[in-house]
Amino acid sequence: MVRVLLNIPKQVRKNEPFEVKMLISHPMESGQRRDAVGLAIPRDIINLLVCTYDGEEILRADLFPAIAANPFMAFSVIAEISGKLAITFTDDHGVTQTETAAVEVV
Amino acid sequence: MRRTPALLLACVVLIAAGERSGYDDTGPETRAMQDDDSANPGFLWVREGEADWSAPAGPDGKSCAACHGDAVVSMRGIATRYPAFDQKLGRPITLDQRIAQCRVERQHADPLPPESDAALGLSAYIGLQSRGMPLHVATDGPVRPFYEAGRTLFHTRMGQLNLSCAQCHDQRAGQKLAGAVIPRGHPNGYPEYRLEWQAMGSLNRRLRNCMVGVRAEPFPPESPEMTDLALFLAGRSDGLKVETPAVRP
Repeated sequence: MVRVLLNIPKQVRKNEPFEVKMLISHPMESGQRRDAVGLAIPRDIINLLVCTYDGEEILRADLFPAIAANPFMAFSVIAEISGKLAITFTDDHGVTQTETAAVEVV
Repeated sequence: MRRTPALLLACVVLIAAGERSGYDDTGPETRAMQDDDSANPGFLWVREGEADWSAPAGPDGKSCAACHGDAVVSMRGIATRYPAFDQKLGRPITLDQRIAQCRVERQHADPLPPESDAALGLSAYIGLQSRGMPLHVATDGPVRPFYEAGRTLFHTRMGQLNLSCAQCHDQRAGQKLAGAVIPRGHPNGYPEYRLEWQAMGSLNRRLRNCMVGVRAEPFPPESPEMTDLALFLAGRSDGLKVETPAVRP
């Protein structure tokens, strides 16, 4: 489990975009560095990020190296009804984690 | 009317003497990152510290909260007063040293390794409770000799480059070192998230960084010299607002 800060507005307006902001505690090792004895440090980045709303996929992002450690992701979502936002990410070790937040539409 | 220029000059001198936080010398993107708690990566550590605050530790299973209660109340303003004099040790200690002391002597738990995520998290969480409050450490009374020792260190040339802290951070503050503005070197945002480190770090780490930069042998992390220097820096930035967890380039 890595630490994640997922931030959405407490309430959102129907059919108006709101911002989803997420900070993930992750080393995002690029795979291009070497350690003190010259061995390549294996790549370990978050390579896939999927966001669903009530189970329906609304965003899918393939990520690549050259992203700094502890990445910050932000994107806009428009909601028609209240529901559950779930963001799942996977890293190079195959570790998958899902963060959820309830969206209240007023 | 002949007095006006002198009065104007006095005003200009007063404004120039006002201390400038490192925040004012960072770029707009970095400032925006610090200003938004949901974009400030330091909060990854803060939230860990918040969880650790009420997590039991040691054989007695006592948490920080067991004695101190809600940190939002009990730790308010604490970070503005450190480094502070410790009666038993007879010398000033930093907030990080105080946390370590409390953990060993009161919680009877294993000390947290310095610069570990857990140590930085607790320090950042406690520091956050003073955010926006002016730094004001005691520099007279029993700490005076240590403060003066810190001042001497600040003005002592060191390393192969033979530079003192003062030569950059007093005399050349606001000028450039490579592409970056040299800040005044104020300790008002520690522990801070440094983009260069891609991690959180303590003032100790930052000072070591600078010492290595002038190719000096850094003082050991918990040495009296480091604390004296931290005390002098804190006294020098009197009145600056605490920004923990700050974000710096």
